[in-house]
Amino acid sequence: MNIVYAMMPELGQLALIMALIAAVFQVIIPTIGLYRRQGWLMAYARPLASGQAIFLLISWLALTISFVIDDFSVAYVANNSNTALPTAYKISAVWGAHEGSLLLWVAMLGCWGMAVAWFSKTLPLDMVARVLAIMGLVSIGFILFTVETSNPFERNLPSQPLDGKDLNPLLQDFGLIVHPPTLYMGYVGLSVVFAFALAALLGGRLDAAWARWSRPWTTAAWVFLTIGIALGSWWAYYELGWGGWWFWDPVENASLMPWLVATALMHSLAVTEKRGLFKSWTVLLAIFAFSLSLLGTFLVRSGVLTSVHAFASDPERGLFLLILLGITVGGSLLLYALRAPQVNSVGRYDWISRETGLLINNLFLIVATLAVLLGTLYPLVIDFFGMGKISVGPAWFNLMFVPLTLALALVMASGTIARWKSDSLNRIWQEQQWAWWAAVVFAIVMPLLLSGPWHWQVMLGLGVSIWLALAMFLDVWRKARGQWRKIPSLGLSYHGMVLAHLGMAITIVGVTMVSHYSIEKSVRMAPGDSAYLGDYRFEFSRAGQIDGPNFVSQAAQFDVYKGERLISQLLTEKRQYTVSGSIMTEAAIDVSLWRDLYVSMGEPLPNGAWGMRIQVKPFMRWVWLGAIFMSIGGVLAMLDKRYRRQKKIPSRVLGANA
Amino acid sequence: MHPKRKQRLSLILFMVVGVSIAVGLLMYSLSQNINLFYTPTQIADGEVPIGQTIRAGGLVVAGSVEREEHGLGVTFKVTDGFAEVPIYFDGILPDLFREGQGIVALVRMNEAGLLVASEVLAKHDEVYMPPEVQDALDQAHSRGKEALYEARY
Repeated sequence: MNIVYAMMPELGQLALIMALIAAVFQVIIPTIGLYRRQGWLMAYARPLASGQAIFLLISWLALTISFVIDDFSVAYVANNSNTALPTAYKISAVWGAHEGSLLLWVAMLGCWGMAVAWFSKTLPLDMVARVLAIMGLVSIGFILFTVETSNPFERNLPSQPLDGKDLNPLLQDFGLIVHPPTLYMGYVGLSVVFAFALAALLGGRLDAAWARWSRPWTTAAWVFLTIGIALGSWWAYYELGWGGWWFWDPVENASLMPWLVATALMHSLAVTEKRGLFKSWTVLLAIFAFSLSLLGTFLVRSGVLTSVHAFASDPERGLFLLILLGITVGGSLLLYALRAPQVNSVGRYDWISRETGLLINNLFLIVATLAVLLGTLYPLVIDFFGMGKISVGPAWFNLMFVPLTLALALVMASGTIARWKSDSLNRIWQEQQWAWWAAVVFAIVMPLLLSGPWHWQVMLGLGVSIWLALAMFLDVWRKARGQWRKIPSLGLSYHGMVLAHLGMAITIVGVTMVSHYSIEKSVRMAPGDSAYLGDYRFEFSRAGQIDGPNFVSQAAQFDVYKGERLISQLLTEKRQYTVSGSIMTEAAIDVSLWRDLYVSMGEPLPNGAWGMRIQVKPFMRWVWLGAIFMSIGGVLAMLDKRYRRQKKIPSRVLGANA
Repeated sequence: MHPKRKQRLSLILFMVVGVSIAVGLLMYSLSQNINLFYTPTQIADGEVPIGQTIRAGGLVVAGSVEREEHGLGVTFKVTDGFAEVPIYFDGILPDLFREGQGIVALVRMNEAGLLVASEVLAKHDEVYMPPEVQDALDQAHSRGKEALYEARY
């Protein structure tokens, strides 16, 4: 092996420590600058943030190289890779387990810091210095955590294994290449908003400008979270082999909670920017959003959970993370308690106004977050006090979450068209009554037309979504004064808002339909057998064996007929990975906008038969399609030109109180 | 008291009362929706109420997995090293289900006293042991049945 490559782990380790040092300086120098009111010291924040990010990227690259060249003298590589592993998976194996995923976490934190350093030209220097110093503090905590408890560069000396133990087969998949980094980008991105909020508290600058700076960053983190959560759901759906797409698993909840709070935050920021209201509330939300992403990291990485995501892990890490979480939450809330009373929101609003609409939005989202938090932590608390081992089932989460979501969507349609400050129900009703009547008719008629039993939940779910969608279209049409050519000029953030809310409607349709009209069957089948499900006939036409690069699989081919017509051929596999011996199911899915056909293999049974799980899932794609709409909406809103407007900012650097 | 302060105070009181009611309701409905975990020993001792969904788990006893001739019905035993209890499941077992592996199942005891599983969970990671199962093993262990436990594993 080339000597340069062989030194990669040491280089990575060194770069990680350099990043730590850069982070320490990123905290100290700007802080001294703020204290002495010396701009040239504050100006160090930007290059130091970039430096920290570059060192972290080098460190991450070094680990990646060790993976690609199969350097099994590195314990982490030996445990999570293998010579037979395809190169793409070697690269993604970097974040396949605890140590590497933490390295990715800190690397992303560094990159967000660098992004702030680059895209903050219009920000006053003292604000930049504060924001980056706070982000530096977070970095210090997590780089220390990585170096102390989870060093991915540790060597396996003197006895190095000849080959690695291979990557967990569940993670050898495209979904797992992209899901963790996207989700992490979201989690970590919330640190920017958190840093902005604390910096504004410290500097006594909770004003419209602060809100305007925070908005695109919040939206960016939110977009990553949205995509990350959707990818996770999609991955679980096709990879875990039984067609579930949301489990109310504690780890999923851990990602949903920051998403809910970030959603609330985006809306509350709108009020703070436009009307100068809800300031302290917005700051509190920013603190909660980031605290919940830290809580998520703690829950996933400390091994306190029983979940499909839980891997064997070690309690020392849990303790360290808990302390980090405690310092972050405690410190920021303390600062909040000291500073928030001095913040006064000016302005009034009536009961019927957009402010009230957004307040209701926040209320629902926070109650939903509380419900999820309670359901997630309750078993842990009960266990901690030795009161037994319990789990909270999906039934409870659905009971809490579904009505809240529907209520939220119901209010959403009117809230978006309500005017700031003061409006009248009469005016809103005048504008929206057609959408309302159309939705009522649709809600009554549509479920009767669908094949399958009538459910009042379907009526509600479809009714609410169509109401929301129609109200949005109606509003676009009205704003464009009934002229097509005027629609593009309504502004990116308006289009973003409309798309994101349509996304919500689409997801609700998907969830409603797939929850109530999915049909499934587990059957014993031998080649030649057919199973009937809904309008479809699934024929197990052929069985065979496939040799993959690092696995051998038993495969089953299905011909799916609708009536006499062959509509799809599906190939499902049962893989055995050679190195680890683990067994994995590869589901076969025929995808369309209106339904998914899903076949997965269970266990082999005597006489060449298999246990087969066959499912027809209507509108499955809509669940994720909605998330795509929401993300595109978020991106459009972020790109709105008012966030890029160059504004003359008076240099208040010297006047700022540290 | 200053009227503005008075207004603020009543708003805060209102919020505190509202939040308490909300949390109370949440907790109440939560207590109705939890699934308790029972160890094989507790199940063998007859502590499981009939008809209620609980979680049960342990190590799958070697050689205890028996399939029905037709269909997908399967019976297996789980143990904590002290007691063994059979569980019946009609469906597809997860990939990581195998003898000696720690599993957790969502079960309900029927009238005949048989545990019928609606869901069987085995985790991602072969070295991973569900905490409940680990706990059950430890409890059984500390009941002074080490000899029995070690003879079996």
